[in-house]
Amino acid sequence: MRIPTVRRISQIFFLVLFLWFCIVSSLGEKWWQLRGWPVNWLLQLDPLIALGTMLTTRALYAGLLWAMATVVLTILLGRFFCGWICPFGSLHHFVGFLGGRGKSLREKITVNQYHRGQSIKYYLLIFLLTAAAGSLIAHLIRISLDTPVIPWILIIAGLAIISVLAILKLISNSLKAVAIFLSLVGVWIGLGFFLPLDRVVTTSLQTGLIDPIALVHRSVNLVLLPMVASGVHKLSPVQRYYEGAWLIGAIFLVTVFLNLRTPRFYCRFICPLGALLGVLGRFALWRIGKTRSECANCRLCDADCEGACQPSGEIRIGECVLCMNCRSSCEEGLVGYRMSPSASGEITGPNISRRGFVVTLLSGAVAIPTLRLTGKVGPNWDPRVIRPPGALAEGEFLARCLRCGQCMRICPTNIIQPAGMEGGLEGFWTPILNFRIGTSGCQLNCIACGQICPSAAIRPISLDEKLGRNEYASAGPIVLGIAFVDRGRCLPWAMDRPCIVCQENCPTSPKAIFTRENFSTVRGGVLRVKKADSLRVEFEGDPLQLGRFATGDYYCKVATDADDRRRRIVDNTANTMTIAPTRPWKKPPPPKSFIQIQVRLQLPYVDPKLCIGCGICEHECPVRVKRAIRVTPENESRDRERSLILPAADRTR
Amino acid sequence: MSRREFLLRTIKAGASLAATCSLSYWLYDSTGPDPSQNGDVLVTLPDFSIPGLDGKMSIVTGQDRVGTVDRALKVMGGIELFVKRGDRVLLKVNAAFATPPMLSATTNPQLLAEVARLCFKAGASSVVVTDNPINDPASCFSLTGIAQAAESVGGRVLLPKEGFFKPTTVPDATLIMKWPLLYAPFKDINKVIGIAPVKDHHRSGASMAMKNWYGLLGGRRNIFHQDIHNTIKELAMMVTPTLVILDGTTTMMTNGPTGGSLADLRQTNTMIVSTDQVAADAFGATLLGKTVAQLPYISKAEASGVGTADYELINPIRASTG
Repeated sequence: MRIPTVRRISQIFFLVLFLWFCIVSSLGEKWWQLRGWPVNWLLQLDPLIALGTMLTTRALYAGLLWAMATVVLTILLGRFFCGWICPFGSLHHFVGFLGGRGKSLREKITVNQYHRGQSIKYYLLIFLLTAAAGSLIAHLIRISLDTPVIPWILIIAGLAIISVLAILKLISNSLKAVAIFLSLVGVWIGLGFFLPLDRVVTTSLQTGLIDPIALVHRSVNLVLLPMVASGVHKLSPVQRYYEGAWLIGAIFLVTVFLNLRTPRFYCRFICPLGALLGVLGRFALWRIGKTRSECANCRLCDADCEGACQPSGEIRIGECVLCMNCRSSCEEGLVGYRMSPSASGEITGPNISRRGFVVTLLSGAVAIPTLRLTGKVGPNWDPRVIRPPGALAEGEFLARCLRCGQCMRICPTNIIQPAGMEGGLEGFWTPILNFRIGTSGCQLNCIACGQICPSAAIRPISLDEKLGRNEYASAGPIVLGIAFVDRGRCLPWAMDRPCIVCQENCPTSPKAIFTRENFSTVRGGVLRVKKADSLRVEFEGDPLQLGRFATGDYYCKVATDADDRRRRIVDNTANTMTIAPTRPWKKPPPPKSFIQIQVRLQLPYVDPKLCIGCGICEHECPVRVKRAIRVTPENESRDRERSLILPAADRTR
Repeated sequence: MSRREFLLRTIKAGASLAATCSLSYWLYDSTGPDPSQNGDVLVTLPDFSIPGLDGKMSIVTGQDRVGTVDRALKVMGGIELFVKRGDRVLLKVNAAFATPPMLSATTNPQLLAEVARLCFKAGASSVVVTDNPINDPASCFSLTGIAQAAESVGGRVLLPKEGFFKPTTVPDATLIMKWPLLYAPFKDINKVIGIAPVKDHHRSGASMAMKNWYGLLGGRRNIFHQDIHNTIKELAMMVTPTLVILDGTTTMMTNGPTGGSLADLRQTNTMIVSTDQVAADAFGATLLGKTVAQLPYISKAEASGVGTADYELINPIRASTG
């Protein structure tokens, strides 16, 4: 079998595997639904995710260790991941192949020629990694302050090395060397001393915006599957909605259709993972190359080159995705995959300028601190940023979230939504809860989002921890926010209409929503009595609408008699009213006296000590367009600084 | 330009003109859309009761639901009286919340499985279990154990889907008009049994057999809370079941209808089977320590001829499983 055929089988296998993992990321009882399928495996194989989270958190979370396999193989073999595994790459490869059909050899050579713009991906990589490395750099600078012995050791060691070098006559001007060395150490200590590092140097992981694996998961989870699933009802019984899906879909379509113009456009120009793998593979033991410099110069190898790495001439190793097309298309068999470099020479490093490198580095370093000036992580905290249960405090959360959309796909009630600008640009496409869009609020007995999150931005909590049971009893339940009744919109509060759907649906025990009974005299509800007996009153005129006060919620009271107790109305005609037989009037209201008709209202209140912010009340509120009870992330338990309610004296939350 | 070219072009232009003109004439609408038009045809549920068997009720005390429901049906003449060979039975459960069966916020799965098993034993050709829950439907049916219980005895669970709802208007009703009803599961059904637990309900006073039909409504049904008693009355008018089974083995005394804690429950060890849903609810009220006067919807339902509020009048058969 020819190698490109093997490659195609591998690509199809991983593409199908990827789609399968996306489909099975769904809660349910069916055999194909989430039952230990390693649905995060492709995300875990992605070294950019591993490296990014390592820089931001100085740790490698659980399954992300898989990325080591990719790294090791890339160091040995080159960018095999791009050409053989990456599902996004395979999609581009296929669409690029369709676009190339019917094109002449010359046209193919032109579109598959190396382009200067292919350096853009390296700059993007540098930018994103520097943005992620902020706190690590800050930590390194701060070492001089935190452990003062280190600079001293460094100075002594440095001076010793300089003296040795001077004695060996390896440096001529030892005084100059000492001066440069000491000033560098001085700058280092000075930076740590003068810069308020904790405030200036912050970090967040932005690689997920364009990381191909995160991007393709997001696109399939939030756009393709919801569209297909509405037709194939086995996949999902109800339509799933994702706010801002249009943008995710548009980006996906544009990146896919760009292949018709330039094959593997995304891989060549944008993909930061490709850039990282290109750098890792520069010392690869095996590499593509010509065995003899002179050839017929037919350029068949250049025509089908996926990476645009110019195999016919000086090959660019960092751009080669190991598609192996050149090897099989060379009619003279001059292209090989072997230990020795190409006979026509090779370029191993990325094509980036020193100036561009420094500019990108500095931009990356200031990007996050600049974004933080919007204050969205601090005082300008947005009421719409309600994070899923188990989410870390905002800063740590942003240091881990990949925007892969796995939590949004798995959420059984479809309330986890990709954020727009709610959390600032830094939080774009990160998961926030929207209780209006889905099929309910956050379900009491569900912890799926934390279990699936590949980077522990949402921690894998247990049900006990979520609900504050057993060993977590003293810590209390996880609180997402507090519901607030909007008394200007609430039916009983604002419009004298009974409702309390929110109270009924409140899932905690005891309920966080409770009611206070209130009797309020209805509009035009003071009526003059014509005559009355112990159960029935006749009024002057025809003041009533038939049956209006017969709902069981209306009561009457003799206005002139302060001691008269309320009696429930059971029926009314246009001019008569009947009260419940269980409590007749001993002394019927006299003619010409006034009767007040009152509606019994149960007014909802929220007990902030019990409310966990699950949003079921907000979801169920019959006032639909803007709910009359709404959850805001007030008092959320993921950040102590956001607590609102003082703990009870005998129990700390 | 040759004559031939001229003629060809004239013919093409003429054809295009004719096509545009006829298309616009065909689609021409001088009045604009008619807002009252609604493509959906109104549906109503047929009467599922069995003639001559109205006003029958049995009340059996005992701790074990399987034992009490068996006994309750037996003293009424056996399930065979209600379910005949070849019948297609729909069991309307209360699966409103995604909570475990232990919390008694939903229909007990063992009770459901036993009723479904008895239906098959009596010769039913199919048993469908359905509800339009409040929480996420799939989670509700699986966490409550209802889905597994139904499937274990060969019943079919139908989760609500958008296409399952058809608008209904309850005859003589003022509230449930042109309202989406979970209609598709009733296709080919000729017997309906409601199975509901006895629960506290802050707005209406109690959620029992009649309130259980609320789970057949779709749309923005929460607005019905503004007039809950008349709504429950109209629900009872909407469904005339073959039987209702009101499970008072464990009663949710407080924090209803969601519950959420064992502290909200009390063992009341009573199973009520009735062809009269009003009488069943009137008796169920006593388990909650409430009177019929405290639950206005019971008298309202009686006044509209659905059943009898004074359950002693229909001489319920009392028994005990010891």
